[in-house]
Amino acid sequence: MALELPIKSCERYLMPTLFLSDLCNRSVANVVAVHGDDDVSLRLLEMGLVPGTRVTRVGSGPLGDPLEFELLGFSLSLRKAEARRVELQVMQEVCEKDASQQ
Amino acid sequence: MNENDKSLRVALLGNPNTGKSSLFNALVGGQQQVGNYPGATVEKFVGRCTHEGQELAITDLPGLYSLNPASPDEQIAVDILLTPNVADMQVMDVIVCVLDASNLVRNLYLTTQVLELGIPSVVALNMMDVARQAEITIDVEQLSAALGVPVVVTHGSRKQGIGELRSAIASATVVATTKVTFSDPVESAIASAIAAPADQTVACQRRCFLNELALSTDVELCGDEQVESKQTTKFSDALDLCKQQFDAAGDRISMEPIARYAWINQVVSSVVECRDTDHSLVRRRWLDRVLIHPFSGSLVFLATLTLLFQAVFSWSGPAMDLIGALFEWLGSGVESLIAEGMLRSLIVDGLIAGIGGVVIFLPQILILFFFIGLMEDFGYMARAAYLMDNVMSKVGLSGKSFIPLLSSFACAIPGIMAARSIKNRNDRLATMLIAPLMSCSARLPVYILITAACIPERQVFGGWISQQALVLVSMYLLGIVVAICVAWILKKTILKGETPVFVMELPSFKVPSISIVSRKMFQQGMDFVKQAGTLILACTVLIWALAYFPRSEGTAEQLSATQTSGIQLRNSYLGRAGQAIEPVVRPLGWDWKIGIAVLASFPAREVVVGTMGVIYNLGDEEDEASEGLRDHLKNARWDHDLTKPVFTVPVGLSIMVFFALCAQCVSTLAVLKKETQSWRWPLFTFVYMTVLAYVAAWVTFVVASSSLTV
Repeated sequence: MALELPIKSCERYLMPTLFLSDLCNRSVANVVAVHGDDDVSLRLLEMGLVPGTRVTRVGSGPLGDPLEFELLGFSLSLRKAEARRVELQVMQEVCEKDASQQ
Repeated sequence: MNENDKSLRVALLGNPNTGKSSLFNALVGGQQQVGNYPGATVEKFVGRCTHEGQELAITDLPGLYSLNPASPDEQIAVDILLTPNVADMQVMDVIVCVLDASNLVRNLYLTTQVLELGIPSVVALNMMDVARQAEITIDVEQLSAALGVPVVVTHGSRKQGIGELRSAIASATVVATTKVTFSDPVESAIASAIAAPADQTVACQRRCFLNELALSTDVELCGDEQVESKQTTKFSDALDLCKQQFDAAGDRISMEPIARYAWINQVVSSVVECRDTDHSLVRRRWLDRVLIHPFSGSLVFLATLTLLFQAVFSWSGPAMDLIGALFEWLGSGVESLIAEGMLRSLIVDGLIAGIGGVVIFLPQILILFFFIGLMEDFGYMARAAYLMDNVMSKVGLSGKSFIPLLSSFACAIPGIMAARSIKNRNDRLATMLIAPLMSCSARLPVYILITAACIPERQVFGGWISQQALVLVSMYLLGIVVAICVAWILKKTILKGETPVFVMELPSFKVPSISIVSRKMFQQGMDFVKQAGTLILACTVLIWALAYFPRSEGTAEQLSATQTSGIQLRNSYLGRAGQAIEPVVRPLGWDWKIGIAVLASFPAREVVVGTMGVIYNLGDEEDEASEGLRDHLKNARWDHDLTKPVFTVPVGLSIMVFFALCAQCVSTLAVLKKETQSWRWPLFTFVYMTVLAYVAAWVTFVVASSSLTV
């Protein structure tokens, strides 16, 4: 058990960082951090994109931009440029029916 | 003011799309006034109602997500709450936080900020029906206990819970204590910055501290003297120190959201029971799968636009005919009552024609506003912006600029007014400045008349399309293409700025409330009549006077009435001016008569049709459909060479291009003045559009003449 932890964290560092802009359609992920320190990043955080929030990508506009996401029970649309500020951790196993808490 | 002293000042506050305005309507009924906040164009809704003898003065604040303002609308709401003197408002006695029960977590973010302001508060839990449908159960009592303020369940559009809310407001005395505490460095910094027990100003200073900590830009949040005097050096020292610490750690802006959402999640987990979180989105998903799907969404969007245009252009027909007939009847009625002379001419040709010219567009404007209001209330507007964002971002604007530009095809005035929803100042200005380039309905009569007079009726492209229709469509396209170029140039030069960010909530769909939509429609319609009407009226009277004076007597006996008016016009100040400016309009292929027709149409483009009628000795009763005017234009000859027709194809094209691009519309300029609160932008618009129109008309004339003679 003691050996597993460093390996796991190693894996995390080896895996390329995933951003909200790269999230595939219908995939679910958890927010890790929002980068940048201007008003836009502040607004993203205030809209609920704080670490730990579960985000689902549900679609994209014509020509692939902007993107549409669901989080906290509402629907948010962002351009790829803004979505690139949000760092994610993909949830390996996400059951649509679990998570009883909003 | 005395009256205000007795009534409780109540602020209605909440996220956008929480049903706040229907709740406001239910609370105050018809007892509301709309005004503007001083120095801003954000509409201010104030309504009054009484509860057991206690009068409540309720202000409906613009919807906002956070007390860290990100747009002019939000700035105003924050100003009112934090530094009331800046916004010329008094301190609020009670704050009502409106929450969307189906979207509680994010809605509570603003609530936790507001509850810390030290003002007695009430929470209105709205849209419980939506939450129930989504199988979200909320323990209201427990929520009330957790927040520390009364929570009232309301249903704005069905007027449920309104009495309870009123009584909760009237008896609100509870000041919630600060719920969310931040990490030690922040709390100790705040404590050292403000060392006093909890009263309202201290609570506000706490908020100011947090705002200034989070916002990188220098937003004038606590700029008024009252607060500034209390902003000691201790405050700024503590702030600077705190900023440095957080910048080093890299979590200056995330500190507040993280702490608040942690607290909210803890509360919500004990208050809300939810069987299936994703259920709430099922119905919306189904609709959205169609409405914002790249393919079907675009189809629906195009169909909606077609319907909108159809409604604006053809459904308004009967009403416009009626108004036209009414004013004609009024004119002839006055004509029969007053003897011929200056007074009659002033009333009939000046006042009645002037007012009629404005009012006739009212049906189109009302229909447009009704449709836009319907789309907004339904939640489609955000989807339209979402669909158009990609295209608009190519010229440095965002999807939110699309609807104002679309409205401008009917009339630039509602278009410019619709630009209020754009947050960024430069983007809003750029949108307003290019809106008049869209071919509005007033240009249509001009296009139709000139096309009929100058463009030969011929089928092109193998007989599929008539040449006249092609010219008409090209004029619309010309406006769009030029607008795109101008927007691009503006965003690169005087209105420099990044392509605006696009962080937009797609609200859940709801059944539009006809009463709210109609109320808004009439409000905006009245706005149009009042604002544009007064100025256009003044200008019409001025043009009338210039065309009427000086009177040349003695010709009336020998000539028919229409010929008299032609000679009269030639000798009037306006006519003399026309002859004086002939050298200027000659390069465009125009004679002096076209020149003064264009000059006289400065108040409104469509005036040119009537003016041409007068000038070409026909009296002013002509309209674009009259065969007589068309034939007379076709037969018109140059003064110096009677074999040369005036209205050739190049001349017609040059006139139409000029009208497609010029700013010959006083109402538009007046609305621009109102919306920007300065003469600078209407002046700029007039100059750039006129120069553009002149150059384009000249190029058109030169190119068309040379290519047609070769």
